[in-house]
Amino acid sequence: MDWSLIFSNALAAMVGLETVVFALAAIGLNVHFGYTGLLNFGQAAFLAVAGYGLAISVANFGFSTGAGVVIGLTGAVVLALLLGAPTLRLRADYLAIVTIAAAEIVRLVFRSVSLAEYTGGSDGQGRFSEGFYSINPIAIGRYGLGPLDFDERQTWVLSVGWTLVGLSCLLVFLLMRSPWGRVLKAIREDEDAVRSLGKNVYFYKLQSLVLGGVLGCLAGFMTAWGNTVVQPDNFSTETTFYAYTIVILGGAARVLGPVVGAAIFWVLLSLTDNILNQAKNAGYISDAILTGFQVGQVRLMLVGLGLMLLMIFRPQGLLGDRRELALDAR
Amino acid sequence: MPADLTKADPAVPDRTKAGTPRKDAARQAFAGVEAVPGSAKPDPILVVDGVTRRFGGLTAVDVAHVEVQRGSITALIGPNGAGKSTFFNLLTGFDKPDVGTWTFNGASLSGVPSHKVARRGMVRTFQLTKALSRLTVMQNMLLGATGQKGENFLRAIFPMTWRAQEKANTLRAEELLVRFRLDAKRNDFAGTMSGGQRKLLEMARALMVGPEMVMLDEPMAGVNPALTQSLLTHVKSLREEGMTVLFVEHDMDMVRDISDWVLVMAQGKVIAEGPPEQIMANEAVIDAYLGGHHDAPLQDEEQAAPR
Repeated sequence: MDWSLIFSNALAAMVGLETVVFALAAIGLNVHFGYTGLLNFGQAAFLAVAGYGLAISVANFGFSTGAGVVIGLTGAVVLALLLGAPTLRLRADYLAIVTIAAAEIVRLVFRSVSLAEYTGGSDGQGRFSEGFYSINPIAIGRYGLGPLDFDERQTWVLSVGWTLVGLSCLLVFLLMRSPWGRVLKAIREDEDAVRSLGKNVYFYKLQSLVLGGVLGCLAGFMTAWGNTVVQPDNFSTETTFYAYTIVILGGAARVLGPVVGAAIFWVLLSLTDNILNQAKNAGYISDAILTGFQVGQVRLMLVGLGLMLLMIFRPQGLLGDRRELALDAR
Repeated sequence: MPADLTKADPAVPDRTKAGTPRKDAARQAFAGVEAVPGSAKPDPILVVDGVTRRFGGLTAVDVAHVEVQRGSITALIGPNGAGKSTFFNLLTGFDKPDVGTWTFNGASLSGVPSHKVARRGMVRTFQLTKALSRLTVMQNMLLGATGQKGENFLRAIFPMTWRAQEKANTLRAEELLVRFRLDAKRNDFAGTMSGGQRKLLEMARALMVGPEMVMLDEPMAGVNPALTQSLLTHVKSLREEGMTVLFVEHDMDMVRDISDWVLVMAQGKVIAEGPPEQIMANEAVIDAYLGGHHDAPLQDEEQAAPR
């Protein structure tokens, strides 16, 4: 077994595109779920609307990349308002139901045959990322540090991605230590109490939904540019649940929780995948125990097991505060 | 405590009558007020007219007319299920009546959402305390301050735009915490406090809003006797500062001790009002609490009725 390859792959996964995308999606979800207590089960829809907003406006209508980004952002804001306006006055579970349904509707619309002219159907839409790569200031070549090795396009995507992650974390940090963030956290604890103190709870929840949606839509842009294609099945509910896993893994309501969570999540997936495959190829595992086709499923099981152990022994997440968890919330 | 209802203990009113200027003023204001349901007060801060709330076939609240005197402590009592808490919810915008209007400081509050009710100066607490568990005591307090610049999304990003105000609010919160003897817990999570301390925190937090009228829903429920005395003192001090207090309570001793006027609700209606000494002896009130025939021997047919 080639352990150096296993570890360099793990390291690449730690800083790779998936980590960036899921860190951004989870930062948004952390604003919703971790800070405000909103059960948004449709974070994937924000990624999809942003990704497709960018892709369709550039590929089909010939807009510039900048205009495409603005359209994607607008789409995310509109989606947040559409989802939030009717449900945020109701109990928390209504938002959960509506968002999970809306995310599937969004995915199925982008997947539909009748819109294939614009969306490319289930194959997805490409032909939109030239603009993004044409402004790449990084000279052609290979860049890396230690075992990391990327070409100029990957380096550009990752630089933009990690810059966005950094800025998003800074924004969340500034907001959550302000009185504005205090209102959100108070809403998470008990919204009636916040109402009785003269705060417009509905409006704050709407702001939180929009902010988290916009942060999630940055993940949509990154996955679109990084893969140079948007495909509907990249925005399935699985995406949302991975993002939830990442938020809880890193520690909810912690600024860097989603980033740490995303890195560890993808490192775990990379490690289990590489170790199992190599062990299989080296003949340590016989076909009677595990066939080559089953590796993909088993690694998810192992990651699931790891997450379960983490929740049992460190329920507050990696960066969480055990004291907070000891309090009976509500 | 049926005994408390029927016999007025003369020792208790005497102790409370040796009062403060505000207490005397409140008492005097009620001097000429008739002790009948819906009686007019000299200077009402809250006037309620024909408020009805039905849940399906059940009429939970059906209040024809009630006025609450400014600067007084008014108790709202009544047996379980009388509609006291529902009435509170209606007045503070946490529930909507089927019909009815009410005014606060002369301005209508009908249909005004709860957060605007609070901003107008009518702040409530809850029967089941709502301490914000995973916020510190100080954060709980600061949340109460109104008109905070830093609660605006765009300004929140720039601390220099709200830091001075935050500092002033913190000083005010500090004073209140000292007064309510919670200053030692300043940086603890509110969830670590005892039930009584949460009640104190909730009251202190309500004061951060700077209310004119404080609505306390069972402030003494589940509080140990030692803390009850301290809470009583705090409620009285609200009146001394010129605030109006309306509170729901079950403990008759406490009602008699601190209230200037008592409203009695039963089956959604205000069935009696008057000064506390008088209300304890009121026939309608005793009937509401103990049933209409509590002191009459059972009739033959009632005795024969199968259990």
